[in-house]
Amino acid sequence: MNYDKVLASPVVSIPPSGIRRFFDVASTMQGVISLGVGEPDFVTPWNIREASIHSIEHGRTHYTSNHGMPELRELICEYLSRRYGVRYDLSSCLVTVGASEALDLAFRALLNPGDEVLIPAPSYVSYAPCVTLAHGIPVAVPTYEEDAYALRADVLESFLNERTKAVILPYPNNPTGGIMTRPQIDAVTRVLSGRDVVMIADEIYSELTYGGTHESFAKGMEDRTILINGFSKAFAMTGWRLGYACGPKPLIDMMVKIHQYTMLCAPVMAQTAGIEALKDALSSDFAQVRAMRNAYNRRRLLIYEGFKDMGLPVFEPRGAFYIFPSIRETGMTSEQFCERLLKEGRVATVPGNAFGDAGEGHIRCSYAASTDNIMESLRRIRVFLNHLN
Amino acid sequence: MQLTQEILTLLQQDSTLSPKAIAQMTGSDEETVRAEIERLRDEGVILGYTIRINTEKSPIPTVEAMIEVKVSPQRDLGYNDIARRIYKFPEVESVFLMSGAYDLAVKIQAPTMQAISAFVWEKLAVLDGVTGTATLFIMRKYKENGTILVEDEVPERLVITP
Ligand SMILES: Cc1ncc(COP(=O)(O)O)c(C=O)c1O
Repeated sequence: MNYDKVLASPVVSIPPSGIRRFFDVASTMQGVISLGVGEPDFVTPWNIREASIHSIEHGRTHYTSNHGMPELRELICEYLSRRYGVRYDLSSCLVTVGASEALDLAFRALLNPGDEVLIPAPSYVSYAPCVTLAHGIPVAVPTYEEDAYALRADVLESFLNERTKAVILPYPNNPTGGIMTRPQIDAVTRVLSGRDVVMIADEIYSELTYGGTHESFAKGMEDRTILINGFSKAFAMTGWRLGYACGPKPLIDMMVKIHQYTMLCAPVMAQTAGIEALKDALSSDFAQVRAMRNAYNRRRLLIYEGFKDMGLPVFEPRGAFYIFPSIRETGMTSEQFCERLLKEGRVATVPGNAFGDAGEGHIRCSYAASTDNIMESLRRIRVFLNHLN
Repeated sequence: MQLTQEILTLLQQDSTLSPKAIAQMTGSDEETVRAEIERLRDEGVILGYTIRINTEKSPIPTVEAMIEVKVSPQRDLGYNDIARRIYKFPEVESVFLMSGAYDLAVKIQAPTMQAISAFVWEKLAVLDGVTGTATLFIMRKYKENGTILVEDEVPERLVITP
C-alpha cells in the first residue's frame, strides 16, 4: 500500500516535535538532571487520591453525563467566580479530558478550512498543530521580552483580518513565564471588541502566579471567551487527565456535540478526584495549592538569581513554573546549546525554538524540580558556560 | 515575621541550606538572613542543627519505646518535679505531659530491648511518685518528623515533557 496516499495531509504536514527528539536523547542518558519537565514534581495531594480510591471501592465506575458530573461543574463555576470573578453557569461548563481536549474541541467547533487563529509566540507546543488538524491556519503573533512577554494590543491588531476566527490567550505562559496585567488585558479586549473573534483563554497556570492573583481574560468577557483550565498544574494532577471549558452556551453546546461522540465523558475517577480537589480548596482557603505555589516561588527566585549570577540575560518569570533565559551570546542556536548542555553538562532543558521561531535564542528551564536539583543544575550550567569561554 | 517563618520552614526541611540560598529563595539578602538566623539562635528558637536518621538502616543498634507513666503529682510541685527526675536520664529522648489516661509520655532510645526494660524497672518505676508504667516498644517506623521512612512512592516523571 502507498501509505503516503492514504494519510491525511494536515497530519503529514505537521513537523515532528522538537521536544520529542530531545526526550529520546535525554531518556537514554545516565546522571542527567532534568529541568525539562512541564509538570509539577509534587504527587497529587493525598486527600484527592484517597477520595478517588474510595469512589472506586464503592463502585463509581460508570459513564457520567457528557457535560461532566453536575457536582463538579457546580464547583468549577463557584471556583471561577470566587477566585477570578468570572461568571459562567452550569450549562456553560464542560468537563474534558485535560485542557488539551478542551483546546481541540474549541478549534474543531470554531474553524472552517482557512480560518486563522492568532497565537502569541513563543507559547505552548500544541496550539499550532491542533489548529492545523482542525483545518485552520495558525498565525504566530510575536511577543517580546521587553514587554515581559505580554501580548501587545497594537501588535495583535496588526494581525487581525477577515479570516481571523480566534485568538489564543495563553497566560500565565509556557514557556516564558509571562503574565498579563489587567490594563494589558483590557487593551487586548478593546482591540477585539465589535469583531466576531473568539478569545480562547488557556489559563491552566492560573493558580501559579507570584506576587498577585491571576487576572482572567474571561472576567466581564464571558460572552466572547472560551475559558480553558484544568486540574493538572494547580492540583498536581497531570496524569488524571481532567480539565474544563467554559464559554458562551452556543459555543459550548457545539463543543459538547463533538465531545459526546468522540469522548463521551471524562474519566469518572478523575472527576471524583476533581470534586475533592475543589471542595477542599474552597473550604481551606486553598491551603494545599498555596503551599505548592510557595514552594515554586522559592525555586523561581533561586533559579532566577542563579541565572542572573551567571550573567545570562533572563527575564523574571511571573507565572507558571518556567524560566526562559537567553543563550544568544553563546553564539549557538538553542538546539545546539541544549544538545551540548545535555551531553557535556548533564542537564536537560528544552530549546526555545520548540515553542516556535520566536523562542529561538532561549532555553526553557522548568523549576518544578527539587531545590537540590535546581542548585546542582545551576552549578553544572555555570561550569558548562565557563568551559565555552 | 514572614521572613522568620520562611527561614524556619526552610531550615527545618534542610538545615544545610546556606544563608545565601535562603536569601535567594525568599527574595531577601544574605546579610539579613544571616542576622535573623543568629537572632533565632540567640533567642533559643533554633536549638541546634541535626540530622534525621532512619534507625532501621543505621549501623548504630537502636531500640525505641514509648512509656506511658502514671504519677501522683506532688503538693506545690505538680508534675514538674517528677518530670525533671525523668528527663535528666540521658537515655530519655523526650518527655511530654499528656491529657488522658496517663500523665507523662516518655520516649526512650537504647541499644537493646533489655536495656530499655532495665531502665524501666530499675530507674523509672522505682521513682517516688511513679504509680505505674506501660512500655510500648516501637516495632516499625513508617513516618517520623514528617519523613516517610518506608518504601513509598517513586514518582516517575518523564525526563522531558511539553
Ligand atoms: C499552556 C498549557 N496548556 C495546556 C496544557 C495541557 O494541560 P492538560 O494536562 O490539562 O491537558 C499544558 C501542559 O503542559 C500547558 O502547558
